[in-house]
Amino acid sequence: MSNGIENESEVAAGHAHGDHPAFLAHHFHDAPQQKSAVKFGMWLFLVQEILFFAGLFMAYFAFRALYPETWLAAHELLDKRMGAFNTVVLLTSSLTMALAVRACQLDDIKGCVRYLWITIGCAFGFMIVKYFEYSHKFHVGTLPGKFYTYEGIEGGAPELFFSVYFMMTGVHGLHVVIGIGIMLWMIMGPLRRGKVSSQYYALVENVGLYWHLVDLIWIFLFPLLYLVR
Amino acid sequence: MSSTTGDLAAGHHGHDHGSYLTAKRGLMSWLFTLDHKRIGMMYLGSILTFFLVGGLLALAFRVELATAEPDLFTGSTYNRLFTLHGAIMVFLVLVPSIPASLGNFLLPLMLGAKDVAFPRLNLLSFHIYMLGAAFLVFTLLAGGVETGWTFYTPYSSTTDSAVVSALMGAFILGFSSILTGINFIVTIHKMRAPGLTWLRLPLFVWASYATSLIQVLATPVIAITLFLLVFERTMGIGIFDPALGGDPVLFQHFFWFYSHPVVYVMILPAFGVISETVSIHSRKHIFGYTAIAASSVAIAAIGFLVWGHHMFVSGQSELAGTIFSLITFGVAVPTAIKVFSWVATMYKGSIELNTVMLYTLSFLFIFAIGGLTGLFLATLAVDVHMHDTYFVVAHFHYVMMGGTLMGFIAGIHHWWPKMTGRMFPELPAKIGALLVFVGFNLTFFTQFVAGSRGMPRRYHEYAPEFETWQFLSTVGSFVLAAGLFLTLFYLLWSMKGGAKAPKNPWEAKTLEWETESPPIEHNFAGQVICRTGPYDFDEIDTSRA
Ligand SMILES: [Cu+2]
Repeated sequence: MSNGIENESEVAAGHAHGDHPAFLAHHFHDAPQQKSAVKFGMWLFLVQEILFFAGLFMAYFAFRALYPETWLAAHELLDKRMGAFNTVVLLTSSLTMALAVRACQLDDIKGCVRYLWITIGCAFGFMIVKYFEYSHKFHVGTLPGKFYTYEGIEGGAPELFFSVYFMMTGVHGLHVVIGIGIMLWMIMGPLRRGKVSSQYYALVENVGLYWHLVDLIWIFLFPLLYLVR
Repeated sequence: MSSTTGDLAAGHHGHDHGSYLTAKRGLMSWLFTLDHKRIGMMYLGSILTFFLVGGLLALAFRVELATAEPDLFTGSTYNRLFTLHGAIMVFLVLVPSIPASLGNFLLPLMLGAKDVAFPRLNLLSFHIYMLGAAFLVFTLLAGGVETGWTFYTPYSSTTDSAVVSALMGAFILGFSSILTGINFIVTIHKMRAPGLTWLRLPLFVWASYATSLIQVLATPVIAITLFLLVFERTMGIGIFDPALGGDPVLFQHFFWFYSHPVVYVMILPAFGVISETVSIHSRKHIFGYTAIAASSVAIAAIGFLVWGHHMFVSGQSELAGTIFSLITFGVAVPTAIKVFSWVATMYKGSIELNTVMLYTLSFLFIFAIGGLTGLFLATLAVDVHMHDTYFVVAHFHYVMMGGTLMGFIAGIHHWWPKMTGRMFPELPAKIGALLVFVGFNLTFFTQFVAGSRGMPRRYHEYAPEFETWQFLSTVGSFVLAAGLFLTLFYLLWSMKGGAKAPKNPWEAKTLEWETESPPIEHNFAGQVICRTGPYDFDEIDTSRA
């Protein structure tokens, strides 16, 4: 036996060239192949996101093990109510994101856009709360590394707690901002130009996956930073 | 022999069935192409250019090292030369080398696909690569860095050289690597032609798969590490600074968590190339197909658990050192499985001693030495004596430069007819292979001797007792350079003057040889159907088909 190249219209009987849906890129064989590839790619991207944050989590645990008293004392300076409020805001935004994907499945593109706007609103809410938290820290001097001026924490290296805090929440906040950008692009681009339908909404699903990950990382950041025991 | 069914000369899709090289014209049609073959060729050109830059830097300090006295450079200049040599060779040459160039070109062809799963992402990877390269070139122009390519803290966070731009370059290049890895994994999972089952994949594809896994899992960790180091330098966040309570050993953990696995990003694709060439040019079915495929994935997995062997003398606990030492020995098992399988493949095969085979044999010889000396260094007591000597330098050059580069050059020659549509001239190629082999061993074997006698690395002025070895090494480096320049010249010449290549000059059975040389723009004239294993050569074991 040997390998062969066959006339495409014979092999792909059932969908001759003209029947290809508009969303199908030329290098894919059929729609299920494209959909599963696009989603699998996004899952792999999320894996690399988790490993990117893993470095920060490792730094957190290494220094927490080195300076347990400092960690306990320093976390008291974070505002638990603001952190809890932001957790609720992000969880709500994950719900509205899921509803946006659901709306696509039902061919309700207007509904999808509406839910995305609510999600963007939540993301802005999160960033505004974060702004107040950060400016308070600038005010009292609980800042990273050499900018740390606060006095009143017992234990070694209190500036490290705030280095870790600012790097973790900063990188996470950057992901929130990127998420806002992606959602705006989704609304202005593919959704407005009619590229999304119940036939093909993998892009919206991928935005959703990204947003759920951003939410999930916060679910870990909140207890680790605000609720140290 | 392979056959294609149906007469497909006429473009029934209205596609132009001309070669991918001539399908579109103009610089922009290359820089913004979505064609994986063109992207692969642009990577190949860029990688070889940076290989030339990195190599010239090496020649410069080899001249300095020919004598024990400092005669050409100051210590600081010397430090900048070897740092940039290392950074360029690691981040711009070795990490992308085979996957980004040959991998991009071959993967869809070997899978019988029209392109990688995400062509736009592929182009983005290339543009990110160029951006990262621009940062490293800027570093060179801004006076360079003298930290060594490892950027160890606290020196890297306090020295006043151009560390930030070098860090940014490596950080950006990491994303190019990650995106290529994601693209390849999805492509291998989702884009295989009908009939191309996992156990019919060419071993180059298996090696690319294992490589991509490491790229996706390890590279983000170096990204966040370099990101933290940029903040360490610019803002003084103190995470790696003992003066602020931070920990420089934490940096080493982070750094080697990436940088050990990344040596497999460099060497696994070379394993993949050798698995192809050793079988095809011995006209014999590969020995131990499943074992070679599985050992690639095993090496990738175990490779994540050995990073501590770079820190035996960094104040790591003795227990940790012992465990890391043991697991490091563990990597030797799947690696040895590969080497024995390749040798067994050649046994009783009808070996053709062409250029590709010469490089394949060079690879086996050089990699065996590189691998075995790795076991010396994995041994705790020996490493205490050997660490930071020329023995280590020689070891990783045998693996990284000898191993990866022999595989890379073997692959370039093996697929040159497919990529360019031209044959290379055999005689100068064989002379080149000989010069490279002799030059390489003269350059680096002498360093094993010097290192085992105590010559420390990274010194431009050294004790006179090492002068003979260092001088021989310098001579070797020029022989090596002569071989590489000869190779460059006849390859460039052959693009115009070489004989026209047939579709399948080596009579191989993998799918990339089913299409024209060079391939048409959409790879195949129709849907590829795979009906044979990748190494079922007709004249030998047809029974397996
Ligand atoms: Cu290592």
